[in-house]
Amino acid sequence: MKEITELNFPEDIRYSKDHEWGKSIDGKVRMGISDYAQDQLGEIVFVELPEVGDIFQKGEECGTLESVKAVSELYMPVGGAVISVNSQLEDSPDLVNSEPYGSGWIIDVAPSDASEMDELMDRDRYMEELKGIEP
Amino acid sequence: MRYFPHTSEDIAAMLKVVGADTLNDLFSTIPEDCRRKEGLSLPEAMTEWDLNRHMRELSRDMAVCPDYKIYLGAGSYEHYIPASVSYLLERSEFSTAYTPYQPEISQGTLQAMYEYQTLVTRLLGLDVANASMYDGASALAEAFKMSFNIKRKKKRVAISGLVNPLYRRVVETYFAPTEYRVVALPYCKNGTTDLSAIGEIEELAAVAVQSPNFFGCIEDLQSAAEAAHKKDALFIACFTEPLAYGLLKDPGCQGADIACGEGQSFGIPQSFGGPGLGMFAVKTDYVRKMPGRLVGRTRDVDGKEGFVLTLATREQHIRREKATSNICSNQGLCALTAAMYLAATGGVGIRDLAGLNRDKTEYLKERLGEAGLKVAFEAPTFNEFVVAFPESFAAKHEELIEKKIVAGLPLVSYYPELAHHYLLCVTETKTRDDLDALVAEITS
Repeated sequence: MKEITELNFPEDIRYSKDHEWGKSIDGKVRMGISDYAQDQLGEIVFVELPEVGDIFQKGEECGTLESVKAVSELYMPVGGAVISVNSQLEDSPDLVNSEPYGSGWIIDVAPSDASEMDELMDRDRYMEELKGIEP
Repeated sequence: MRYFPHTSEDIAAMLKVVGADTLNDLFSTIPEDCRRKEGLSLPEAMTEWDLNRHMRELSRDMAVCPDYKIYLGAGSYEHYIPASVSYLLERSEFSTAYTPYQPEISQGTLQAMYEYQTLVTRLLGLDVANASMYDGASALAEAFKMSFNIKRKKKRVAISGLVNPLYRRVVETYFAPTEYRVVALPYCKNGTTDLSAIGEIEELAAVAVQSPNFFGCIEDLQSAAEAAHKKDALFIACFTEPLAYGLLKDPGCQGADIACGEGQSFGIPQSFGGPGLGMFAVKTDYVRKMPGRLVGRTRDVDGKEGFVLTLATREQHIRREKATSNICSNQGLCALTAAMYLAATGGVGIRDLAGLNRDKTEYLKERLGEAGLKVAFEAPTFNEFVVAFPESFAAKHEELIEKKIVAGLPLVSYYPELAHHYLLCVTETKTRDDLDALVAEITS
């Protein structure tokens, strides 16, 4: 596993305490997991995606990520309806490891409350949060 | 391994957590008349001579094959067990093995499980089989549980009224305390499941049909699968007599998403009803939702072939409360028995054996028909069928037990509308003479 300083945290997205990220694009929110989360999980071998049309609350479980050693749940950074899922992950789950902010995105959500994005952390606060986790 | 029982402090602490005052409170869900109120009153210890005499006397109360001619199936079948199977099972490498906790060190055990899984998928026509479950009934309940996990928003499943009644009770027990509901499908006049109600059931996650069913009749699994899939529900093919698939079209090619049931027929003695073997196979699409352990074949860093437990992230020791099932054990020895039995019998042997069961059963059916008795249902059968006897047969049935013949299972306690109907089973263990003698006794 890498040092936090070696990981990549873009400025233009927001982060949740559960290590998901959200990015507003034309009224929808694209979500995925942070570089820290993928690094902790290790080689991801399977992503269980929700179905388009599923509606979840903020913080609710919306899928699972399975790595070689563990399975962890995916939580919604903001509440809303799933409008598309990254079906490329069915055959190439490793994209979550190699490009967590790019082609490794997980779902697009139509947010039910746009202000929930503001409750997420920016890059600096998220990095401070991570430093609190690391020994 | 040393055994440490719970201390009274342990018990008190655990009771406090679950909110029960006493141990009796904890057991309150067990029906009152099934619970012993006073302590065990055990007799004085016996000498070896006395004990042997005592056990012999006890065994006289029981009808055991081959001393008795037993025409009972209904979920537990008398089949010939090849000597090679019994011999191999007695080898200590096999008989002492348990589900391995440090699995990869036990390559032999894992390979045996892998072979078992392969044989099960071939027999049932599906992609992946697990390393086995406790028995047919719990396998079916787990199949329903798995269906609810896959069809997440649906709350109902349908079960054929011709699934073994004891399996249906186990399923009820699983789901009674939950929000999920189990809907029973009625049966048609010809002795198969009435599928017409499936279309009407809302929120349907799965449909389960047993074939051959409890009346011995062969079900049209393909139509049942189509009806289930039309409702976006999974189709579960259940069985108590897997030998039938030596002859019949397998569940996979008829559209089953899950096939599960009892594997006792494959070399496992009847032993008063247990232990059994829960066989469980699924389509690859659903493998991550499948309960139970799974052995895979792989290569190590040096390119050597080896066997590993795979997809263990579904299981309880890793996923905790989010596991696909509470079961993370298997029936290692019974699964191994089935693998040995299937390997010893072979593909051609299984077909021949299944044919023999079917032919002998047809012979008895015909002879009883000639004697003026009525086979209750028209649908084709495998090695069991139902006969509608005249009312006077109850006394005859008793009388025959005195003559060491058990002439079928009275169905009235399971199906009150079927008074004087008996379920008869014929396997390869009965000779033509046996069958002729049975007909002569019944018609005398």
